Amino acid sequence: MALLETRGLTAFYGDFQALYGIDTALQPGETVAIIGANGAGKSTYLKSIVGLIRGPAESVWFDGQPIGARPAADVMKRGIALVPEGRRLFPSLTVEENLLIGRYGRSAPGPWPLDKIYALFPALKARRHSASTTLSGGEQQMAAIGRALVSNPRVLLCDEISLGLAPIVIRDLYNALLQIKAAGTSVVVVEQDIVQAFRVSDRIYCFQEGRCSLSGRPAELSREQIHLAYFGT
Amino acid sequence: MILWTNALIEGVLLGGLYALFAAGLSLIFGIMRLVNLAHGDLIILAAFVVLSVAAWLHIDPFAATLAALPIMFLAGFALQYCLLNRALGRGLLPPLLVTFGLSIIIENGLLELYSADSRRLHGGSIETSSIALGHAVSVGVVPLLTLASAIVVILVLNFIFYRTALGRAFRATADDLEISQLMGIDHPRIFSVATGLAFVVVTIAALYLGMRANFDPTIGPERLLYAFEAVIVGGLGSFWGTLAGGIIIGVAQTVGAQINPEWQILAGHVAFLTILVFRPRGLFPRAVD
Repeated sequence: MALLETRGLTAFYGDFQALYGIDTALQPGETVAIIGANGAGKSTYLKSIVGLIRGPAESVWFDGQPIGARPAADVMKRGIALVPEGRRLFPSLTVEENLLIGRYGRSAPGPWPLDKIYALFPALKARRHSASTTLSGGEQQMAAIGRALVSNPRVLLCDEISLGLAPIVIRDLYNALLQIKAAGTSVVVVEQDIVQAFRVSDRIYCFQEGRCSLSGRPAELSREQIHLAYFGT
Repeated sequence: MILWTNALIEGVLLGGLYALFAAGLSLIFGIMRLVNLAHGDLIILAAFVVLSVAAWLHIDPFAATLAALPIMFLAGFALQYCLLNRALGRGLLPPLLVTFGLSIIIENGLLELYSADSRRLHGGSIETSSIALGHAVSVGVVPLLTLASAIVVILVLNFIFYRTALGRAFRATADDLEISQLMGIDHPRIFSVATGLAFVVVTIAALYLGMRANFDPTIGPERLLYAFEAVIVGGLGSFWGTLAGGIIIGVAQTVGAQINPEWQILAGHVAFLTILVFRPRGLFPRAVD
């Protein structure tokens, strides 16, 4: 049974339909990449999973339970954490407070205590008492990933974590994702950087104008197939 | 010279009362950007609650306030959870209209229940007790307690905001409501806890209002005005700024009254407008928007 599944997922912004019947599945311990051009519906897909956009309950399933109509706070408590696009750290909180807020209201131990987050991202430990607004872009992204991880999620959703960062920083972040996966957390990455997406993922879904245009294992997909699915021409 | 010194000290002590009026308003605005037009009437409502508890249980106003605090916390929590949360997230106007309506309901409800007669919380000998500062200046114990309570309230609020998980949730919710939900924060509940806390502060303010002066159901809007002025002078979202704002308005009023008794209220408003001209965001702004 898939750990996280979408069945005919649709999403709307008012009258505008952003997703048209998306079917995806994430197996336990797997990393799945969602690729596609701007406006393809990738971020909407993640927002629909975490409850920021709510739809029919049966459109999203987690661990055998329908969660499509659940509010974001409830989805998060069930074990799904999102690293949002643009990092969106809390500016009035320090780095450590940003990490601690990730496990608000929960005290049960898990695989990602604060020390382990600092071991994964040593740069954060040195800046733990700094205002989050003083971090570099890469450090902010590390803090955003750490904030999501500290809740000990079973599924980590990452939205465009490479956006606006230097190649060396992107490589480090994706290496961290491999460590997160190795620790047993399932991962969904939404990414425009196809090279990185292929490097870390077990399966790929390509979105185009709100529809899933291609899916498969990275080794099985040809460059032409991806080009066609990505751009439509 | 002694008269002016006395006016200055009185102003600082009066500022403590205004800071108490303003702290609850600042708390609610800082977390949920809700401008509560019923705040002044809630202070008067709390004063009547303390008055009633004191009468029913035959206890002094301090003990009655202690008994009223949990009641008022629950009332604030319920008001936010059942009513005010429904007005949030739909633009600027709905919360203003709802709290304006609430203000009218509270005022008229109190007039029905308690009539328009002036009331007072009687604290016994403490009301007339004073402490001598030198041979010519003395300060009342109740005004001194008012300022001390304002400082304690602000210390406690700062502790909650900057040293506890609840405070982190308050600040995170104020920073980014959408992302705070992804942290598992149930924001309707967090807003309700914040309003419950604000009601606790309002009840403490009501105690000192009722012990220092007469009150009746119609004086709420004027207390709201002083609270607004203190919050805006101090800077939105800063508790210590709110205390400073309250003291500035208080000192302006007592110094104005010293010059001419008719200028007391006017002097406070002039000080408020003058600061707005030179520092439109207040003296110690913390809120970004």
